[in-house]
Amino acid sequence: MGIENLLEPFKYDFMIRSLITAALSGIMLPALGSFTINRNMGFMADAMAHATLPIIAVGVFLGFSISVLGVPAAILIALLLGFIIKNTEVGEDTAIGIIFSSFFALGFILISIFNVSINLEDLLFGQILAVSTFDVFIVFGLFIVVMSIFLIFFKQFLFYSFDPIGAKVRGLNVSFLNYLFLIILSLAIIGSLQTVGIILVLSMLIIPSAAAKLITKTFVNSIIFSVAFGVVASISGLYLSYFFNLPSGPSMSIVATLLFVLAFLISKLVNPIFTYLNSEI
Amino acid sequence: MTMMIMMTMKAKNKIQKENFIISDGCCVQYGDTLALDNVTFKVSEGKMVAVVGPNGGGKSTLFNAMTGLVPLANGSIKIKGLDPDKAKNLIGYVPQKNLINWNFPVSVRQVVEMGLTNNNSLNPFSKKNNKIVMDSLSQVGLLDKIDDNVNKLSGGQLQRVFIARTLSQGADILLLDEAFSAVDVGAQEDLMEIINNIKLDGKTILIATHDINNIEEKFDEVLCLNRHCCAYGDASEVLTKEVMEEMYGSHNQMFKNHTPGNHGNNNGN
Repeated sequence: MGIENLLEPFKYDFMIRSLITAALSGIMLPALGSFTINRNMGFMADAMAHATLPIIAVGVFLGFSISVLGVPAAILIALLLGFIIKNTEVGEDTAIGIIFSSFFALGFILISIFNVSINLEDLLFGQILAVSTFDVFIVFGLFIVVMSIFLIFFKQFLFYSFDPIGAKVRGLNVSFLNYLFLIILSLAIIGSLQTVGIILVLSMLIIPSAAAKLITKTFVNSIIFSVAFGVVASISGLYLSYFFNLPSGPSMSIVATLLFVLAFLISKLVNPIFTYLNSEI
Repeated sequence: MTMMIMMTMKAKNKIQKENFIISDGCCVQYGDTLALDNVTFKVSEGKMVAVVGPNGGGKSTLFNAMTGLVPLANGSIKIKGLDPDKAKNLIGYVPQKNLINWNFPVSVRQVVEMGLTNNNSLNPFSKKNNKIVMDSLSQVGLLDKIDDNVNKLSGGQLQRVFIARTLSQGADILLLDEAFSAVDVGAQEDLMEIINNIKLDGKTILIATHDINNIEEKFDEVLCLNRHCCAYGDASEVLTKEVMEEMYGSHNQMFKNHTPGNHGNNNGN
């Protein structure tokens, strides 16, 4: 494959739009993923993605774009999940499971009742090639909001996530921080639905972060590597999707998984070799 | 006239120093259970106080009440004359190890920086606090570990990092919850030396501990808790047989070697 082949997709406007949204998702999801995996919030994030289905069904029925309706939907779901987890009496995992499955089921029921013309496969696994210019603007807007909040509140998110009691004693508004993180996580998920789809959004959230954690020693480095893996996975996944006519979400997920395997091998093979060489010196 | 004003100010300062922390009939309730019942004591500025008692005796609950994490069902706590909610900047807190999320591979520098993180810390790239972080780590002898991952540190070193966090915060009062658990004997001595040096700087220090050996050598005062205040006062006087029995029930036999001034020796020599 020559350079002409690599540049070929750029001849098409729809591919440029796709590459931009893929890159934006490839940055914001793995950045938040570094917090998500260390706080064991993967299941919650998966529930957030699935809980969007009924809102998307209503939105499409009323004639709104997924991206437009997704923003208030994301905030609503984040607040609802946050509230239920805080006040649950059945255990956090169980509460998330109830929301997850019931909202997903409701989504299918609504799609059936409204008889809306949604391509379910696209919705579940992503159809990035159908991204419109308007969608690119919405995703870019979400990216700016999510990453700005992520960076501005980074130190507070880290303090609260590492030592929640210590953060409370220090006077941080931990309840606000908790909801704020859930909201930006939810916005990042909504912004990535067209890229990777409801089911596979989790893979872009956690796999690059998990891979990065295996080969880095500090939290900041793990975020940098996580974002790098995310961008590589999303862009190369898109290329695979373009050249081999594959669905975009699964292609990105597979590339992310290959990167994880590579990181795992590096952590198991290369690190011991370095340790051995150092001990010889 | 000036003389009189100065004398009044001195008297006022003395009262403030003596009434640094006041717990007046403090009660904390979890559901139907009274976790703390009518706990009354007063700590003067610059004192080092051991908070002892059985598991579930209310040591952590007292710290939670002092930091405003749990509401009082009755009574009051005043820190330098302020309610706990208003005194958060004055208190540096060293948490129990099991309350930390160790999944996060944070560096020593990042943990100490948390002492400087408040609701207004909105610049992740700010380096202006670097000197404070380094000074705080120097005080606990861990400057050479500044870029190490906290997961790599020993139990004693971890406690020192969290103490450095309270120093960077500039707290007047240090609360250390189970400070010596998972810390070996040698490291405990190093830790006590560091805590003593901090005390010399005028800090008031409360340490919840299970270790009552040689307690009178290490602490100025002891607060004995078993949901209520069993005793409070001079470390060499309060741990009587009756108080031990009140705290630990039949288990106080475990501490039978301990009498005030006996230093854990049967002969008292």
